[in-house]
Amino acid sequence: MYEKILVAADGSDHSKRAAHEAVRMAKANPQAFVTLLYVIDYEKARTEILHSQSSDEVHFERRKHLVPLEEIFRSAGVDFETKTLHGVPGPTIVKHANETGYDVVLIGSRGLNALQEMVLGSVSHKVAKRVQAPVIIVK
Amino acid sequence: MNTLSYKEQWFGNIRGDILAGIVVALALIPEAIAFSIIAGVDPMVGLYASFSIAVIISFVGGRPAMISAATGAMALAMVLLVRDHGLDYLLAATILTGVLQLIFGVLKIARFMKFVPRAVMIGFVNSLAILIFMAQVPFIFGVNAITYVFVGITLAIVYILPRFFTAIPAPLIAILVLTGIVMYSGIDMQNVGSLGTISQTLPSFFIPNVPFNFETLQIIFPTALALSIIGLLESLLTASILDDATETDSDKNQEARGQGIANVITGFFGGMAGCAMIGQSGINVRSGGRGRLSTFTAGAFLMFLIIVLGNWVVQIPMPVLAGIMVMVCIGTFDWGSFKYLATAPKADAIVMLLTVVVVVYTHDLSKGVFAGVILSALLFAAKISKVDVRKEGLESNTSNRYTIHGQLFFASSQDFVSAFDKVEASEGIVLDFSDATVWDDSGVGAIDRVMNKLQAQGQTVEIVGLNASSQKLVDKLATYGQAGKSTH
Repeated sequence: MYEKILVAADGSDHSKRAAHEAVRMAKANPQAFVTLLYVIDYEKARTEILHSQSSDEVHFERRKHLVPLEEIFRSAGVDFETKTLHGVPGPTIVKHANETGYDVVLIGSRGLNALQEMVLGSVSHKVAKRVQAPVIIVK
Repeated sequence: MNTLSYKEQWFGNIRGDILAGIVVALALIPEAIAFSIIAGVDPMVGLYASFSIAVIISFVGGRPAMISAATGAMALAMVLLVRDHGLDYLLAATILTGVLQLIFGVLKIARFMKFVPRAVMIGFVNSLAILIFMAQVPFIFGVNAITYVFVGITLAIVYILPRFFTAIPAPLIAILVLTGIVMYSGIDMQNVGSLGTISQTLPSFFIPNVPFNFETLQIIFPTALALSIIGLLESLLTASILDDATETDSDKNQEARGQGIANVITGFFGGMAGCAMIGQSGINVRSGGRGRLSTFTAGAFLMFLIIVLGNWVVQIPMPVLAGIMVMVCIGTFDWGSFKYLATAPKADAIVMLLTVVVVVYTHDLSKGVFAGVILSALLFAAKISKVDVRKEGLESNTSNRYTIHGQLFFASSQDFVSAFDKVEASEGIVLDFSDATVWDDSGVGAIDRVMNKLQAQGQTVEIVGLNASSQKLVDKLATYGQAGKSTH
C-alpha cells in the first residue's frame, strides 16, 4: 500500500477533495505519512502582500488556507506535515515530488474549460505528465 | 528569512542570474520605449535610464534580484514637466529626485511605509494600470482596421504562446514576427521610429542645460518630490513581494538610498528617473534570477542589444508595442480588488476608490496616494473618536455608576462632555474609566468640565479605573481635584 503520500493543495474545494481521498488511502496503511504541499507563485505573493498591512498578516492569511486541510488529516488521525514552497505551481510541485520521491501524488483539478486551460494551463496535467509516481487527479 | 553576504548576493547563482537577466533585458526594451513615449521624450531617455538604473542599483540597492529601470509610474509624473519645460528640466528633476530619495533613505523612510494603508497601495497599482492603458488608447483605437488586427494578434501571441513554448519570451516573439511581417509586406504603419530616434551609442556624462537658480528649483521641485515618493512606494512594495517570493530579507533603507544614487547618476547621463518594477522583478524571479548579477545582466544586456540592434528597434510597429503594454496593464491591475471592494470594510473600499479617482483625474500617482492617506487617517480618527458613556444597571434610576468606553482625546472630548448633559441627581456618582484611555489635554479638559459641572450641582463624584498613562495625564493637568477633593 501507499506509504509516502503527497497532496498538492491550493486551498480550494478541489484540494479539500484531494485531501479526503488521501485520508482514505492513508487509512489503509498504518505507516502512511501525508505531506501537504502548498505552492505560492509570484502573482499570488503579489496579491497577498498588496492586500496585507504586514508580513504577519500575510502569514496569518496563508495559515487560514491550510488549517481546514490540516484539520481533515488531524480529525482522521493521519500523520502529516505541511510544506510551503515558492515558485510556479506546476514545475515546483514536479521538482519537489521527484526529488523527495513519493509513492503517490494527489492533486485537485481546477475544472477549467477549454479556453481557460489554453490560456492558464492546467497544473494537474503538468504534474500528471512529469511526476515519476502514480498521480491521482481528484475532481 | 536569511541574509546572504554581499559576495553571495552577487555570485551565489551565476547561471540562473545571467539567464534570467537576459530574459528581463528582452522584456525591458518594449517597456522602456513605451514609457519614454508616455513621458513625451525620445526612446533613448528611457533606454539609457533602464541601463543605468539597473546597473547602478545592482551594486548599491538593498534588494538583490529586484529589477529597477524606467517605469510607467514615474513616466506619468513627468508628462507636464516635459511638455512645459523640456528634457533638460526633466534630467535636472531626475537628479533632484535622486537627492531627495537619498535623504529619505538616510532618514530611514522605510519605517513610514506601514502608515500607507493597503487600500492606498491597491489603489496605486490599479490607477497605474488604468493610466498606462489610457496612454495606449491613441495607438489602438480609431487609427485604422489593420491596427486592431495587429493589437489582436499581439495579445493572442503573448497570452496563448507561453502555454506551449516558454524558452523565448512571448512578447519578443510577437515583436519579431509582426515587425518582420510589416517590414516585408510594406504595410504603412506607425512605428517607434516615427515617434523618436534610437542612437546606437553609450550614454555620456553631461550637465543638464538649465539655469542654476531658484526659479529652476521651483519648476523641478514639485515633480521631483512626486517622483521620489512614487518611486520609493513602488520600490518598497516590490521589495516586500520579492522578500516573500524568494524567502530572503532585504534592507529597505539601503534600497531607498541606492535608488537615490541611481537616479542622481542617471540624470547626469541623460536618463529619466526610474524605480523598481513589480512585473519585471516577477519575470526575473520566475526565470530563476536570485542575485545582484541578474539585475546587472538585465541592464548591461539591454544596452548591448540597443547598440547592436538599434536600427531594428525603430521598426517595431506601435500597435505591437501597444498590445504588449495592454498585457502589462492586465498584469499590473490587482484583479483581487473586486472581491476586496465587496468584502473589505466600507472605509477601506472608499479609500481605495478615492485613490484611483484622484490619480485618474490628476494623472499623478503621488496626489492619489496623498489623498488616500489623508482620507484613511481621517476615517481612522473618526472611527476611534467614538466615546461611549453607559449608565450601568439597565438604566435604573438608582444607578450612579457610569462606564466610559473608547478613546478620550481631542476628537471625542465633545461627545464625552455632552453625554453628561442630563445627569439625574443621585448620591455619589462613579465614573469608571477601566475601558477607556485618556490621550491628551483635550481629554483631560473634558473630564475637568464634567467634574466641575457635576460638582457645581453638588454631586460627589469619584473617578475609578484610570490606567497608568491616563492617570498620569489627569494628575498633571486636571484642575477639578483641588476643588472636588477639598469640598468633600
